[in-house]
Amino acid sequence: MKLTIGHLYPNLLNLYGDGGNVKCLQRRLQWRGIEGEVALLSGGSRIDFQNVDVLLLGGGSDREQEIACRYLREAGGELRCFVESGGVLLAVCGGYQLLGNYYRTEKTVIEGLGILDIYTEWKPQRLVGDVILDSPAFRSPVVGFENHGGRTYIGGHEPLGRVRHGHGNTDQGEWEGVLYKNVVATYLHGPLLPKNPEVCDYLLERALKRKYGDAARLEALPDELEHAANEYMVERYR
Amino acid sequence: MELRSRLAVFCAKAADRLIRRLGLGSGGTFPGYAARLADPGIVGRLAGMVREKVIVVVGTNGKTTTTGILCHVLETAGKKVVTNRMGANMQNGIATAFVLAADKRACLDADYACIEVDEFASLEALLWLKPHCVVVTNIFRDQLDRFGEVDAVLERLKEAVGQAPDAALVLNGDDAISYSLAYSCPNPVFSYGVGEGSLREGALEGVRESPFCRLCGEPLTYTFFHYGHLGGWKCPKCGAGRPRPDYSAENAVSEKEGFTFEMKSPGMEAFGTKIRKNRGRSMEGAGMPGGACRIRGVKFAYNIYNILAAYAALDAMNASEGFADAMEGYDYGNHRESMFNVAGGRVQLHLAKNPTGFQQKLSFMQEDPRPKDVVIQINDTELDGQDISWLWDVDFRALREVNALKIVVGGTRRYDMGLRLKYEGIDCDFTSDLQKTVVRLAERGTGNLYMIVNYSGLYSMNRILQKLNKGGQSHEAYYRTFISESAQLVR
Repeated sequence: MKLTIGHLYPNLLNLYGDGGNVKCLQRRLQWRGIEGEVALLSGGSRIDFQNVDVLLLGGGSDREQEIACRYLREAGGELRCFVESGGVLLAVCGGYQLLGNYYRTEKTVIEGLGILDIYTEWKPQRLVGDVILDSPAFRSPVVGFENHGGRTYIGGHEPLGRVRHGHGNTDQGEWEGVLYKNVVATYLHGPLLPKNPEVCDYLLERALKRKYGDAARLEALPDELEHAANEYMVERYR
Repeated sequence: MELRSRLAVFCAKAADRLIRRLGLGSGGTFPGYAARLADPGIVGRLAGMVREKVIVVVGTNGKTTTTGILCHVLETAGKKVVTNRMGANMQNGIATAFVLAADKRACLDADYACIEVDEFASLEALLWLKPHCVVVTNIFRDQLDRFGEVDAVLERLKEAVGQAPDAALVLNGDDAISYSLAYSCPNPVFSYGVGEGSLREGALEGVRESPFCRLCGEPLTYTFFHYGHLGGWKCPKCGAGRPRPDYSAENAVSEKEGFTFEMKSPGMEAFGTKIRKNRGRSMEGAGMPGGACRIRGVKFAYNIYNILAAYAALDAMNASEGFADAMEGYDYGNHRESMFNVAGGRVQLHLAKNPTGFQQKLSFMQEDPRPKDVVIQINDTELDGQDISWLWDVDFRALREVNALKIVVGGTRRYDMGLRLKYEGIDCDFTSDLQKTVVRLAERGTGNLYMIVNYSGLYSMNRILQKLNKGGQSHEAYYRTFISESAQLVR
């Protein structure tokens, strides 16, 4: 078995160590004897969504995000098809915002891809700090670090989790992220996946099933260190 | 001088004496704070009394070392220099340097001021200081939750340099990010850079920042990289690119006692001649064509950039005479790297606070082929920056090649660090008692221990090592200042 992990615009959207998510997806495949190929998808060249199993869309500074958005709009229709047909996508921070209808920044309105029916509005106080979530999709709490000026309003979408500590989508500190089909969209850096191996396996398992059918399974890995790192953060805010 | 200024200086000196008498170390940044309360314009007034030039150093990495080199060369030439030597580079730290150098009539007796300035203090500091020269070392990502993105830093510096439109702007031509100031600021620009192929491939590996043109947003093309995003860059769309540097380093080689490189510049003719007369140990003229000279014994490859930056600034100020002589045997350590002797073994304490810094420490360890033990401490206090995701921007493969027999990880986020190493196939042990670990490794290990810590660990480990050290001298006062300044930064 083999999965291709597509890293979208790695030169533009690479803030806060989010490249670690790519490493995590790839290694957790390799540790199970499954080939994980990383495709760096740069702007300007056509992206073949047929040959990508897991897509990663990270965040960048406002300026870089605008450039990425230009590229993305060209591929927007295909990305929507990818998502609607069950393609697996992890969108973090700026990538999360781009999936929505728009992002009203301090100065302008950046039109989004409209793949999720959500919108984001900038406010002067940045939301920065550790985040702990409880999510029905995962046994362990999801832990990470947020750093965003935008407040994202997710309407009727299912959130990734309920905020136990931190801010999340808005200042209200209620919900964080979005789960939609096989999309995980979130503000959480950290990077997200290494300390939340369940989230990583959630993405991988869905990609495997989409490609190889429902029989495809992921065997358990020795995740003591992962759990120790996760639990340390959970304990801190208990 | 105005009564207010005299009062300010009086308050500052009284505060400083009191703090010392109470045994709280040197006064830190409080004297500056007190002085500014009494007279908010005190720094500007005192800086205006500097007889010759005011030089400001900003940038992400290398500020303290570059400022140290500037002071050392000027002082060797017999100049009186005001500086914030402790690396206290926010408003109160800068104020402290000036008020404590003033006499009780609030008059300053100084030929030069060489001041390192934090990006966040730069707007106000440049307004006060009215510098003749602004040196920008580089712009890299630092603790991200404090600094935001590099664009924001760049914007802040641009605004700050706008306060000193006539100052000579000394820029790193290899750094596409900070060199963009050459396009956005009206100032006269002097550039420096390290020539292609001058550094052994991989001597400085690192983290690529976003290599996009700061003018038009196009991806940059590179003909060579030195480290991080520093190298030979060009924008294929708008034509912006690495300048032909006014001051350049060529042919750097790593030798036993450090790096040797050739320095070339327009003013090097005289410089080279002068150097040839001096058959010094660490540096001598090599009689090369074009009047180049060779500088030896440079600890850490990245100090090549700091030397170039300092030379460029002094040459731009017509004060580079004697540079080569002064640099002979210069101690590059700026107290952030300390050496200790524990149970007969050598312990080195290194600070790494961002991806580039950590990468440099890995390269540095690679240069020592002997077996060693490595202790890494990662904390996430406010001083360190609570976001430690930058560990994933460090290429830890280099750690496999440093001949480490044992790697032990400590600090509040030790499991995160261990997890990062797991992804590179590197095993490590964990400790919650670093003192015990150090003693055990010193007694039973290789006798060659490297400790890499971030901010808060620097203070606590330094104290522990001080206690274990035989015959070392105390840097405690320095760290007290350092920490109080850092506490201000994160407030």
